[in-house]
Amino acid sequence: MGTLSINQRAALLSVVMLVVGLLIWEAAIPAQKAAEELTEYEILTGAGAPKAGVPPPSQVIAKAWEQLSDPFYDAGPNDKGIGIQIGYSIYRVLTGYFLAALIAIPFGFLIGMSQVAYKAFNPFIQVLRPISPLAWMPLALFIIGDSEASAIFVIFICSIWPMLINTAFGVAGVREDWVNVARTHELGPIRTAFTVILPAAAPTILTGMRISIGIAWLVIVAAEMLVGGTGIGYYVWNEWNNLDLTSVVFSILMIGVVGMLLDAMFGLLQRRVTYAE
Amino acid sequence: MTVKSLGNPFSSETDLRHAADCGCHTCSAPKQEAADSIDLSTSEGMLERAVESAIVRSVFGQSDIGRRSFMGMMGGSTMAAALASVFPLNEAKAAILDNLGPPEKTDLNIGFVPITCATPIIMAQPLGFYERYGLNAQVIKTAGWAVARDKSLNGEYDASHMLTPMPLAMTLGAGSVAEPYIMPAVENINGQAIVLSNEHLDKRDPKQWKGFTFGVPFEYSMHNFLLRYYVAEFGLDPDVDIQIRVVPPPEMVANLRAGNLDGYLSPDPFNQRAVYEGIGFLHLLTKEIWEGHPCCAFAAPLSFATELPNTYGALLKSIIDATQYASAPENRKEISEAIAPTNYLNQPVTVIEQVLTGTYADGLGEVQRVPDRIDFDPFPWHSMGVWILTQMKRWGYIEGDVDYRGVAEQVYLAADCKKVMEDLGYDAPDITYKSHTIMGKTFDPAKPEEYVSSFPIGKG
Repeated sequence: MGTLSINQRAALLSVVMLVVGLLIWEAAIPAQKAAEELTEYEILTGAGAPKAGVPPPSQVIAKAWEQLSDPFYDAGPNDKGIGIQIGYSIYRVLTGYFLAALIAIPFGFLIGMSQVAYKAFNPFIQVLRPISPLAWMPLALFIIGDSEASAIFVIFICSIWPMLINTAFGVAGVREDWVNVARTHELGPIRTAFTVILPAAAPTILTGMRISIGIAWLVIVAAEMLVGGTGIGYYVWNEWNNLDLTSVVFSILMIGVVGMLLDAMFGLLQRRVTYAE
Repeated sequence: MTVKSLGNPFSSETDLRHAADCGCHTCSAPKQEAADSIDLSTSEGMLERAVESAIVRSVFGQSDIGRRSFMGMMGGSTMAAALASVFPLNEAKAAILDNLGPPEKTDLNIGFVPITCATPIIMAQPLGFYERYGLNAQVIKTAGWAVARDKSLNGEYDASHMLTPMPLAMTLGAGSVAEPYIMPAVENINGQAIVLSNEHLDKRDPKQWKGFTFGVPFEYSMHNFLLRYYVAEFGLDPDVDIQIRVVPPPEMVANLRAGNLDGYLSPDPFNQRAVYEGIGFLHLLTKEIWEGHPCCAFAAPLSFATELPNTYGALLKSIIDATQYASAPENRKEISEAIAPTNYLNQPVTVIEQVLTGTYADGLGEVQRVPDRIDFDPFPWHSMGVWILTQMKRWGYIEGDVDYRGVAEQVYLAADCKKVMEDLGYDAPDITYKSHTIMGKTFDPAKPEEYVSSFPIGKG
């Protein structure tokens, strides 16, 4: 066994866990009874037809194959392919998220540079931060008066706090010496901000951004379930409407995969800006 | 009801006086027994027949007996030929077909909640009823009633499927901002049921329901008012003895399975779905509480009708035409298949079919045959609006002096509905108030306040 590296052994273990897990799952689901001679009552109560239940993995894989082989079909406003649904969700998340970044990062920078501002704003941030983004939904629907913009607003409001706090924290925590060195080199405040403070605070800022994108992806699913229309959250709601658990399980997996990809993207960015002291 | 009023006017066998609740031989007998030259399966055919009926009626006035004996004597075809020679029948038919100007706006969004009550609104798209009147309407699925209300208030929907009490409540500003709403057409009558969990098979007497938790789809719904009425008749105070929770219809089956709800009074297909999934049984159909009660409606902001009158007219025509089409039992199987796919109700066809055809498994081991389990009748009776307001008053949703008739007449546009029904060749009642019998007790719409105070249980 000594021939395998740690990574290879971990990968092997992951695969074994997956296979064993799927086999147990498959075995735990009793097979549906095949249709025999049925009375009218039995036909009406759907004997022989699949009942709502937790599907075995083989069914989920079949569903995934069916959905993913034609992800962009469009059969009217209430029936679109999984690719289109995810596309809508990602569009909403990114729009709300970048609007939040546009405000949170400069504002966090300013707060972080001034101790007075930091202390003055802190109580407000602390009160607003723990509010569940979905609690804003009714208010947003009422004031904005547009469900699409409301969903984006909900993403905006949930993304803003981690970015704001982390930016302020990162900027405030830049080593005094480095700022002093900049001062002895007679750099102006703007140049100091961009050439010294920003690179120094960048890892903390990106940590905030990474936390935000994770929260935003969590929230969009719930928001779309509430408002309906399009998006992966709506897809789950629509399939639940029909108690189609196979589709529900499939969409849960898709939500997980997309969330992981978004997180991995920011992980990559984060690694590029880290520095060794 | 669809072509009931469209019996051949040149036949001595048909009676042209049918009202919505007509129980005469012709109405209860299978349709189209008399051979007729006009194809009634198309709307043009229906319109032609309607114009003929109107003209023949105008010749004979209100005396249908006179017409029938006359036709019997003369023979229908002789009479038709004679009449055509003095009256331009074909021109009259053409005039009614296009008496509406072109719609100001043809692309419309219409919201719906995926339940069988919305059948006419939904099926009008796949079956081409919107197109027929020059509209390109999209029907958009909505997650719940509160969202449907908000999307309608903020103009994302031009018109929407709503519960009959909603436009009343919205106009009064109960539970939302006050905005004048109109309800020119009811969608369905009957069509709801009380479902109990299989655990309660032995508790068929509502007196045993103390401590139960029930689900209803929305506060301002017939479901809520009918459930309250029903349990109160058995001596239970719905605010004290049972708990009523607002649960979106799709979540009801799952909640029933999880034991979160003991039962619910909800729209179909979720009643039938509980039986299909083997979780619950149909305790009773709401038609047994109030035969012919209204449930869902087609509603729009008042501004839609005033700013876009032709669009409104065309839309109302499509909806009423579709509602009447849905009312005919012979069309129900076709409709079930049209509205079951993912785009609309997203349910197994057999579940929808059981609801619409009324041949269903009740969850108690029997196959029931109740053809009018759900029916579709567009006429918005003012007396129904008054009844809903009395219940809102009774249970404390509105307080103080209520102008029952004023509000009902402002919101329920019976005159619009009547006009369109007549244009399309359907019989519409001449009165807008009638008394209703609910669980054996008569409701007189002329005395709403006395009615509210006549109940031993209630807050009003």
